[in-house]
Amino acid sequence: MAHIPDGLLSAPVLVAGGLLAAGGVALGLRRLDDRMIPRTAILAAAFFAGSLVAVPVGPSSVHLLLAGLMGVMLGTAAFLAVLVALLLQALLFGFGGLTTLGVNTVNIALPGVLCGLALGPLIRATARPSVRLAAGALAGGLSVLGTGGLVALSLWLSSSDYTPAARVVIATYLPLALVEAFVTAAIVSFLARVQPEALRPVAP
Amino acid sequence: MTVATPQGPACDLRLRLVAAFIFIACVSQLRTLPVALAALTVAGLVAAWRRPDARLWRRLMHVEGFLLLLFATLPFTMAGQPLFSLGPLTASVEGMERALLIAAKVSASVLALTALLGAVEPVRLGAALRGLYVPEVLVRLFVLTARYLSLIRDEARRLQEAMRMRGFRPGTNRHSWRSYGHLLGMLLVRALERAQRVEEAMRCRGYEGRFPRLAPPSPTARDWAGFCAALVFGLAVTMADRL
Repeated sequence: MAHIPDGLLSAPVLVAGGLLAAGGVALGLRRLDDRMIPRTAILAAAFFAGSLVAVPVGPSSVHLLLAGLMGVMLGTAAFLAVLVALLLQALLFGFGGLTTLGVNTVNIALPGVLCGLALGPLIRATARPSVRLAAGALAGGLSVLGTGGLVALSLWLSSSDYTPAARVVIATYLPLALVEAFVTAAIVSFLARVQPEALRPVAP
Repeated sequence: MTVATPQGPACDLRLRLVAAFIFIACVSQLRTLPVALAALTVAGLVAAWRRPDARLWRRLMHVEGFLLLLFATLPFTMAGQPLFSLGPLTASVEGMERALLIAAKVSASVLALTALLGAVEPVRLGAALRGLYVPEVLVRLFVLTARYLSLIRDEARRLQEAMRMRGFRPGTNRHSWRSYGHLLGMLLVRALERAQRVEEAMRCRGYEGRFPRLAPPSPTARDWAGFCAALVFGLAVTMADRL
């Protein structure tokens, strides 16, 4: 539920989101080596497929965002992967939106890229599994909280009438952040054991 | 002479993409309920005219979580003329109107998007995006991601089935989450192996960062007519809304 549909946000928020997303995408494009395109695309498809897996939480289930892990494994190319995934989702499945593409890209990719930049080096360098688990959990949890905050901010900036709903939105991201922290920690420690080079970012 | 079907290659996708964007951008900024309902009607007629399959209507039923939240909170949190009260809460006319306005705009956008672009193959969409000067690297990523998504989804499904066969019952506990972590980790490892093979195969065939691309044919009068209709409609609803 991180993708905001068309018809909800105000024009200034949409334009600002579009500009920010364009900046992030331009950065990702500049950092991405041409030969890495197939790898980035296949990883983007894997992250997309992974986010379609429903993880049960209590009576309901959640879909993971995996943005923190994208930040670690793709680096700045996470902007590209998220944009492409959102475009596919909007055009092929009809979820999300066309005008909100920029806002949604920033909301999901920016916290992930920041978490990747901040925690990625530690995850790759540490020799202690417990530190790696903690850093992975932080990357997963913080990126989800960042996305929740940005979604609420986009709603709140669009109209003050959305404020009560925006508050509840933040609350709904808390269980997701918890699950995502556990799952991301498990993925990171799995990859470190099975294929450590997978944790090197595709684009720095 | 061939008959041009709505989904056939005779339609210029570049114009259709731009038209969809303009239509949705105009609709998403509407402020008055009657105009939004009119836009919804037009979008519904366009969608029905394109003879959609059942998927389209099912998609309309899918509402994002926070839209439900907005519908639930807006009538009670917006001040205004009271409509009815539910215990200590009072719903206002303004709040109800706002909730309806949002529902109309979101539905109209979804209808327009799926009716105009729902049945297009990603490869053609990629060519259209390239024709609209979207950076080539981004287009290549888009086409490749679309191509591998269904493959990797199948792989995820097989891995999940294997987990169930081994007696995995998902629940709200750390064991389940770690198992999902291993599932996703395995998915990523396999994706990387696949990427390795694809890269090698592509390099063997002389891939050097570019795909050959045919110049798309120029749009026909019919394409321009459709584009202008979307443009005029967008301007008309915006004018009607603001006046």
